[in-house]
Amino acid sequence: MDAIQYLSPTTQFVLFSAVKILVAFGVVMTFVAYAVLVERKVSAWIQDRVGPNRATPFFAQYIPLLGPALVRLGIFQPMADGLKFLLKEDFTPAYVRTVYFWLAPAITVIPALMTIAVIPFGSTLGNPMNPMVIADLNVGILYTFGIVSLGVYGIVLAGYASNSKYPFLGGIRSSAQMISYEIAMGMSVVSVFMVVGDLNLSKVVAYQEANLFHWMIWKQPLAFVIFLIAAFAETNRLPFDLPESETELVGGYHTEYSSMKFALFFLGEYAAMIAASAMMVTLFFGGWAFPWGGGPANSILCGIAHILCFIAKMGVLLVLFIWTRWMLPRFRYDQLMDLGWRRFIPLALANILVTALVLALISR
Amino acid sequence: MTKVVERKPLSALEQTYLPTLVSGFKVTWKHFTNTVFKGKAVTMEYPEERWVVPEGYRGAPYLVKDQDNNTKCVSCQLCEFVCPPKAIKITPPGPDGATADRANAEKMPREFEINMLRCIFCGLCQEVCPEEAIFLQKDYSLTGESRDEMIYNKEKLLKLGGVHGGIQKWKHKLEEAREQESFPVNV
Repeated sequence: MDAIQYLSPTTQFVLFSAVKILVAFGVVMTFVAYAVLVERKVSAWIQDRVGPNRATPFFAQYIPLLGPALVRLGIFQPMADGLKFLLKEDFTPAYVRTVYFWLAPAITVIPALMTIAVIPFGSTLGNPMNPMVIADLNVGILYTFGIVSLGVYGIVLAGYASNSKYPFLGGIRSSAQMISYEIAMGMSVVSVFMVVGDLNLSKVVAYQEANLFHWMIWKQPLAFVIFLIAAFAETNRLPFDLPESETELVGGYHTEYSSMKFALFFLGEYAAMIAASAMMVTLFFGGWAFPWGGGPANSILCGIAHILCFIAKMGVLLVLFIWTRWMLPRFRYDQLMDLGWRRFIPLALANILVTALVLALISR
Repeated sequence: MTKVVERKPLSALEQTYLPTLVSGFKVTWKHFTNTVFKGKAVTMEYPEERWVVPEGYRGAPYLVKDQDNNTKCVSCQLCEFVCPPKAIKITPPGPDGATADRANAEKMPREFEINMLRCIFCGLCQEVCPEEAIFLQKDYSLTGESRDEMIYNKEKLLKLGGVHGGIQKWKHKLEEAREQESFPVNV
């Protein structure tokens, strides 16, 4: 580790950032794989089924005691799924608009992954000058919204490029849905930043880190509810999965996709879910801070505990996302638009107004 | 007559969707706990657990042995003739082949093959057999790694078929014949 001290600050920054990017990417990818597993297991349990319990790699039998239990829980299923997607035939139908067809999955995944960059997923690991966030942007939330809104293009483009009716309908629905909920989502967080007084997400966490009762959810519960529901719509999860809606549009925007290109959409959906959960943890649940507070870490162990705390909070929200999918039926299209435009946008506006009034009264 | 389904307007509470959320959660939670903690999953985990096959089920046809462990088949080839998908192939012993391993039979097949990939489990072979030597049994999932493996030969069919002591046609015939040796016949 001493050798790092002799490098110039720029080199150090690049080095640390690269490591953080790689690690964060790896963790997110693992989370995506296992979120899919949790999704399958939870859905199975809610529907009185068993779920994936067969994937048995050759080394499973060498794991003492735990081996069979891990197999029953389907722990090895994501590996098999990933391998399957890589080895499947990548079929491009003859009637598609090829360039856009290839471009669309990438445009869906990249924004979902890029959102992770501004999220402070831990305090520090030893060195206090090296915060556990890939890019400590001053305009964190603006960056997030800028990037997240790009995600819709992937889906719309997929619908257009597929040159077939169901993907097209999916794409159209997605454009209307995501644009209308983006407004509600953006407005809901305005009030949070009014309270904090800073757009930097690290500052938002610092504002909440004292203890459980300083978490933003107590001060802005309405903003949280709106953000949560808008996040469901933004990530195309039930009850708002109209772009996908298997039961009416076959597979929606990804009907014509197969193999790794389909996997990228799949990955994009779960990565977006993870990004949304991470965002909610940061904005409303104190980010990496323990429920009993404790400030930034002064040892590596504490730093790791902070990161695990962040991941645990995120996991709870992910289960919420997953559970909701098996709990609620899909909204009708007009109900969805009604909810977005006539309920949430006025509510969010009212929330901003009330927050502003309260803040003005307090500061007097 | 048209029946108009009454749609009551939602109350203010219902319009918040909260009651639906709560009831939805109750239902899913009940099923979740039942499956996870009480093991009430309805899934039948197939290769380990199997359906109980009902009486009279038409599974794969196998050759059976009689109560003395002898081959019942006499190589008459009726089943080969009647088999709609031509799954059965019998090689008769020929003029200088081995004789049957039981009394009251002239011959037995040198080879008896059923191609299980062709077999449609129709049961005509069982119906046509004058010796009651072939029966549709309860196996329904036959698997193999090659087409050759799925052609079951005489040895395999006899082993899978087992002993079928229920119908003892030739034993009764023998008893009848013995009784007829003395006169008057008591039947």
